[in-house]
Parts: sequence; structure tokens; C-alpha cells
Amino acid sequence: MDFNKEKYNRQLLLIGFGEEAQQKLLNSSVLVVGAGGLGVPVLQYLTGMGVGKIGIIDKDLISESNLHRQVLYSVADVGKSKVQVATERLHALNPDVELLPFNDHLRVENALLLISLFDVVVDCTDNFQTRYLINDACVVLNKPFVYGAIHQYEGQISVFNYQASATYRCLFPSAPENGLVADCNANGVLGVLPGIVGCYQANEVVKILTGTGEVLFNKMLVINILDNSHLIFNFQAKKENQNITELKPDDYQSLCSSFILNNITPVELTERLVLEPGIQLVDVREEFELEICKIDRAVHIPLREITLRINELNSEQPVVLICHHGIRSRHAAEDLMSKGFSKVYNLTGGIDRWAREVDDSMQLY
Amino acid sequence: MQKRKLEIMDQHILLFGATKDIIGSSIYSINDSFKTVGELREHLYKQFPSLEKLNSLMIAVNMNYAEDLLELKAGDEIALIPPVSGG
Repeated sequence: MDFNKEKYNRQLLLIGFGEEAQQKLLNSSVLVVGAGGLGVPVLQYLTGMGVGKIGIIDKDLISESNLHRQVLYSVADVGKSKVQVATERLHALNPDVELLPFNDHLRVENALLLISLFDVVVDCTDNFQTRYLINDACVVLNKPFVYGAIHQYEGQISVFNYQASATYRCLFPSAPENGLVADCNANGVLGVLPGIVGCYQANEVVKILTGTGEVLFNKMLVINILDNSHLIFNFQAKKENQNITELKPDDYQSLCSSFILNNITPVELTERLVLEPGIQLVDVREEFELEICKIDRAVHIPLREITLRINELNSEQPVVLICHHGIRSRHAAEDLMSKGFSKVYNLTGGIDRWAREVDDSMQLY
Repeated sequence: MQKRKLEIMDQHILLFGATKDIIGSSIYSINDSFKTVGELREHLYKQFPSLEKLNSLMIAVNMNYAEDLLELKAGDEIALIPPVSGG
């Protein structure tokens, strides 16, 4: 047992944990998908507790509206890459842990290779398409994954595909239709909730890796932080979901186009513009409205022409849609996504909010 | 013994996630009786078409995932649990 006994002293003292379990943690590897609300506490605790190798994959940049719940980051980090800042902070917390940052999305092209490198996957994503991708890749590779998800004041936690247990598809066979289940960006979230759910996830990871306690498989814990209810629902594996042998790219693509409409605030947009020169701004208002006020670098394509003139835009680069208050631009964003654009943003509150928050020289109407 | 007497009373269904948003409360009460989970599901989909668009709606009876063929009894605890995506 060749490790820093002082650092992990309080875990070594713990009856039912001790040196053997600590050594197992140090010999283990975990991939954390998403370094946001759920990912932050998972990463902090797994690093502190001494998991040997931790992979972090996320492509997001830190924005000001993340900080209330993603408490690993600070104001000075706004606009920086989440994996980069997370890696620095986590290394400072525990330099013994080998951190592997991937500044990328988990995609059909990289999922199998990445996941194959780790013992356990933690699903800390914020969208259905990645959740189904994680599930299917873990089933193909026979890896357990720890699921956490939140909605308003509720959280769901479970462990899927653990020792031939039920999978995510056994509980939820396919994703909801577009727009029916809003994410935290659209729906809001109380800062502490992902912290609580993420801690439950980290706890399940530790139990899986060390063989301590009972792993939450074939069960889902549903918590509500308003009334403090903790309910555990039981379910069983279904053979057809355990027999997946390859990924189904079309499945995640169609979900992808339905679910990745992101909202961006004017302040966040100014940050992104500095960092990503390739970002495309598209103003979908009418000509007479642009005469009143406009953002100079935005191209003008009125809403009714957006699908006709789609060739003027690069689907590989992010596109931010702008209108007066954010309603027409939302329709335009949905049009672009239905044509296969994946990095689409809607400017929340439109040019009106831009004028109020970013450019007070602009004329309102 | 108490439970027997409750048979004729309303059935309360606990709602979670987006089912709360769709139905507009955290408990849904019905006074019809349904023979099976499938019948209840059909009723819910008719009353609230958006529930069907969730594509995956777990109905739990007495804390267990219930298949549509499961027969319902008086006093069963029923919950609707949809997938949630936030993180």
C-alpha cells in the first residue's frame, strides 16, 4: 500500500472503507461527461478522494450564469474553457490524480474510444442526445455508468448497466419530443440541486469502484429539495436493451437537431465574440427595423428567407440568431437545426436586451 | 384494514418532472377506476396529449416500474416519472 496515508487518513479510519478500498480508488479510472452543474461536484469529490485517473470531457466555456451552481469556477474564469479551468483547479486540489481533459463534445465518432479507456462513466450532461449516446456506448462496451439529471427542484440518480443490470433505455426507451422537457438554461435551477445530485453520483462511483455498500442499480432515486422527499423506484432489465452491439448515429443526430438549441444572453455573447471569431450573427428582423438599430457585424436574413438563404451560412460554425425580443429568432434557430445546423444559439431578449445590457448607445423601439 | 375503506375514494397520482408542468400540479386525482396500467395510460394520454409526446413515461405502482398489463388494485400508489435532461 504505497500512497499518502495522511492525505486519505479520514477515509482510512472509516470502518468499512480503509486501506483496501482506498487502494482500489487509486487504481481506478472514471470518465466524467460534462463539467457543468453535475460534473463540478463529481469532479471535486472524486479528485479529493483520490480516484487514480479522471477524464473530463466538455466543450463549453464558463459563463457568468454558470457560477451560482458550478462553484469550481470564479468570475475571472468567465469566457474560459471549462475543462481547462477545471483541470487546473482539480490538479491543485490533488496532484496525485491523473487528469485527462478533452475539450470536445462526446460524439458518435469519439464515444467508444474514450469510454473504453475508463472503468466507470458519469453522465453529467444536460441533454438527451448525449445521455442516449452514453447509454448505448456503455452497453456496447459493457461499462457501468452513473446517471444524474435534474428538473426544476427534482433530481434523478441511478446506476445503469452495472453487472448486467437495467440500462437507461429499460427505464426510458426513447427521448421526449422536441421542446417538451426544458433544460436548466431555459427552465432555471436552484444552485444547490446539481450539487446534491452530483454528490449522490460521486458516492455511487465510489461504491462501484471499491465494492462498498449497495450500488443503486435497478433502482432510481428521485429527490425533491422542496419537500425533502427521497423516493426509490425499482425496475428491471429488458433483454432487448442489453443486446446493443453498435451505436445508432441517426438516433443521436435526430435528437441532436431537436435538443441543442442554446440560449445566449447579450453579455455571454460579447464574451463569445472575443473568443470565437468564426461565430456567425444573423439578424432575422425586417429591413425597417435594422434602420432603427443593428449590430454591425450581423448579417441580415429576414425570418421568411432563412431556409432559402441557408447556403450563406456555415453549418460547422456557431450561429447566433437575433431579432427584436428573441421570439422570431427562436423560430429561425429551429429552422436551422431542422436543416442540420448543430451549434445554434438564440439571443435571449433580442436586440432590445442587447441595447439595454451591452450597447446603451443603441436606439430602442 | 383502513385501506379497504378507501376503495371508492379518489385515486391520487404523484407527478414528477415535466408531467407536473404538463398537468399543472404535483398530484393528479381521478375518480374513475382503471383495470390496468395500460388503461390508465390511455386515459392520461387522452386527457393530456403532451404526456404521450414524452415518448418515455414510466408509470410506477407501489414504487415499482409497471408494465401496461399490470392490474391495478384499490390503494395502489401510482406515480408518473418522465425522463429529465438537466445537468
